[in-house]
Amino acid sequence: MATLNDYLVLSAVLFTIGAAGVFLRRNLITILLAVEIMLNAVNLTFVAFGRFHGSVDGQIIVFFVMTVAAAEAAVGLAIVIAMFRHRGTLNPEAFKTLKW
Amino acid sequence: MLVLIPLIPFLGFAVNAALGRRLSKFVSGGVACTAMLASFGIALATAWPFLFGSADLHAVEQNVYTWIKAGDFVAPFSLRVDPLAALMILVVTGIGFLIHVYSTSYMHDESDSEYARFFSYLNLFAAFMLVLVLGSNFLVMFVGWEGVGLCSYLLIGFWYRKTSAADAGKKAFIVNRVGDFGFILGMLLAFVQFGTLDFQRIASALAPMAPEAEFGTVSAIALLLLVGATGKSAQIPLYVWLPDAMEGPTPVSALIHAATMVTAGVYLIGRNAVLFSHAPDVLLIVAIVGTVTALMAGTIALVQNDIKRVLAYSTVSQLGYMFLAMGMGAFGAGIFHLYTHAFFKALLFLGSGAVIHALAGEQDMRRMGGLKRALPVTYWTFLTGALAIAGVPGLAGFFSKDEILFRTFEHGHVLLWGVGILTSLLTATYMFRVVFLTFHGASRVASHGHGDPHGGGHPLHLHDAPPAMASVLIVLAVGAAVAGYVGVPHALGGDNRIERFLAPSFESSAAAIDAAATSEISTPTGSESSHGVELPLMLVSTVIAFGGIGLATFLFLLSADAAPRLATRFAGVYRVLTNKYYVDEIYQTAIVEPVQMVSRQGLWQGMDVRVIDGSVNGIGALVRGGATALRQMQTGSVRSYAAALFLGVVVILGYYLFN
Repeated sequence: MATLNDYLVLSAVLFTIGAAGVFLRRNLITILLAVEIMLNAVNLTFVAFGRFHGSVDGQIIVFFVMTVAAAEAAVGLAIVIAMFRHRGTLNPEAFKTLKW
Repeated sequence: MLVLIPLIPFLGFAVNAALGRRLSKFVSGGVACTAMLASFGIALATAWPFLFGSADLHAVEQNVYTWIKAGDFVAPFSLRVDPLAALMILVVTGIGFLIHVYSTSYMHDESDSEYARFFSYLNLFAAFMLVLVLGSNFLVMFVGWEGVGLCSYLLIGFWYRKTSAADAGKKAFIVNRVGDFGFILGMLLAFVQFGTLDFQRIASALAPMAPEAEFGTVSAIALLLLVGATGKSAQIPLYVWLPDAMEGPTPVSALIHAATMVTAGVYLIGRNAVLFSHAPDVLLIVAIVGTVTALMAGTIALVQNDIKRVLAYSTVSQLGYMFLAMGMGAFGAGIFHLYTHAFFKALLFLGSGAVIHALAGEQDMRRMGGLKRALPVTYWTFLTGALAIAGVPGLAGFFSKDEILFRTFEHGHVLLWGVGILTSLLTATYMFRVVFLTFHGASRVASHGHGDPHGGGHPLHLHDAPPAMASVLIVLAVGAAVAGYVGVPHALGGDNRIERFLAPSFESSAAAIDAAATSEISTPTGSESSHGVELPLMLVSTVIAFGGIGLATFLFLLSADAAPRLATRFAGVYRVLTNKYYVDEIYQTAIVEPVQMVSRQGLWQGMDVRVIDGSVNGIGALVRGGATALRQMQTGSVRSYAAALFLGVVVILGYYLFN
């Protein structure tokens, strides 16, 4: 029988993979996907806590997160397309002019 | 009524200062002269009851308004006339008026606006001097005191386009500031001590006290005031500005030397006679300062070649006499000399001005000579002045100078008397050196005008003083001849009217002096008993006066090479004297340069540049440097921002987790 701890560890591993993806990958779409992984890692934590504490709050928050994530994905992809049109590349290193 | 005396010249100043550039010379000169004449008339009317009225009239006072009122401290702007002030206002307005009249002709070459500027300054000068003289307390006097300092600056530097004149003006102002500082401190100390600044109140507070045997507060006040007096009256150590003041137009020199400015210091001591006589130590210092100054300036005057410079040193020397008299407690004699000196020194300066005018700006006596025939009026009047200052019996200087020397001898200061007699010899010699070098002998006049602001370089034609100048010279010559008869000493059958007249102004000071004298050694002070001494002393000074004239005759008139031979024989002494004892150089290295050094290195380079600018610029540089370092973090890379965000979250969470 899986314990709460196992879920949390899995969630942490997923979150770390997502974070590493955000920092290390050189493609904006991949970064968006990594962000989705992080969001779902958090969703997993909420659901696990809800299940083990016998509360529905966790699941309700997860629905919220999923809707926000859907919206975020739509807006994010739209921005990515705009950026691609602007610079002809998806490498985030190309978008560094906004400084000082 | 009293307030009109300074107010009218002040109005003259206001008119000329405001409208001067639109007025013709006749009008602006006329306004100035009329103002002085009106002021003189009122002064005469004010002084009349003192001169010819009842003897028990001591002072007339007018409280103009309450100037400052703060707690216990009340300083009314009030004017007061007593015999001393009455005499002074007559001298200031009378001699001042004559100098104004003279100036209308002397300054005629200036443009209209400059002419008006000159007369506005002259009027202002007289106005401030009258405030100084009439002020009934230290504060009002100080207004005049500073005012004459300002005017001397303006007038000495009148030809401000000439660097030397501008410098001389600044020098006069700065040296006077040193003295003024003493005056202020003395004034403050007097207020702390007596709780009032009124001269009469201070005097009456002091009157019942015994003179200070030791150096106490009263002595400190007197000493500080003396510092102020040495500044204005050009005594050691602050006399250096007066010879340089010759850069101003000649009537200004006459005004400064005769009627205003330099008499202020002597007047200050006379005004505070009671205070000074309660500080016997300081009185002795006054006498010594005066004597040393008289001798030193007299020796310098002997070798100067600039006609006005000789007269300037002569003034310093004569002021030394006045200080000597003041220091002997013979305040009346000192003021008497001030009064006679005003006549003959104004005369000598205006006479030299007439010479300079005739020679189109030449001041060097080595390029004069033989002017007697061309300038008869100037010659005879100048000669009268020279005889008067030399102390030839019958003329003004004789009576006053003799009185001073007699009083010195009477007080038992034989050494000071000896120096005084020696200075008297020098006076006669250098004055007649001037007379002989300027008016006698062969002409050494250069054929054309000298490049001076006054001459304007027009071709030189020797002309005697124009009417306005000549009439003034004649009036002053008469004054120089007869002014002394108000003070014929008892020994010659007179009754010394002027000293009796002035006595109320110094009252209770004489008593203090006598008390001091009797407590130490009983010196004969009764005038009856001293007739026996006075007549021989008079004989000595008469012989000395003629001796000096004779010496000058021999050295500068009869024997052509005697003076140069003497100069080469005593080359060292001659060099020291022509360089004025190197006092200017000593001041330069001892005071001016260290001050400049401290200002430049310490205050400017150190304090201002390093500390003040440094702190302001330092803050700017710090912010700028910090920003330069911090902005490197702003890379523009989204992923590094995200990393920073993530790390921040981890750190904060970690902190709460493990705490």
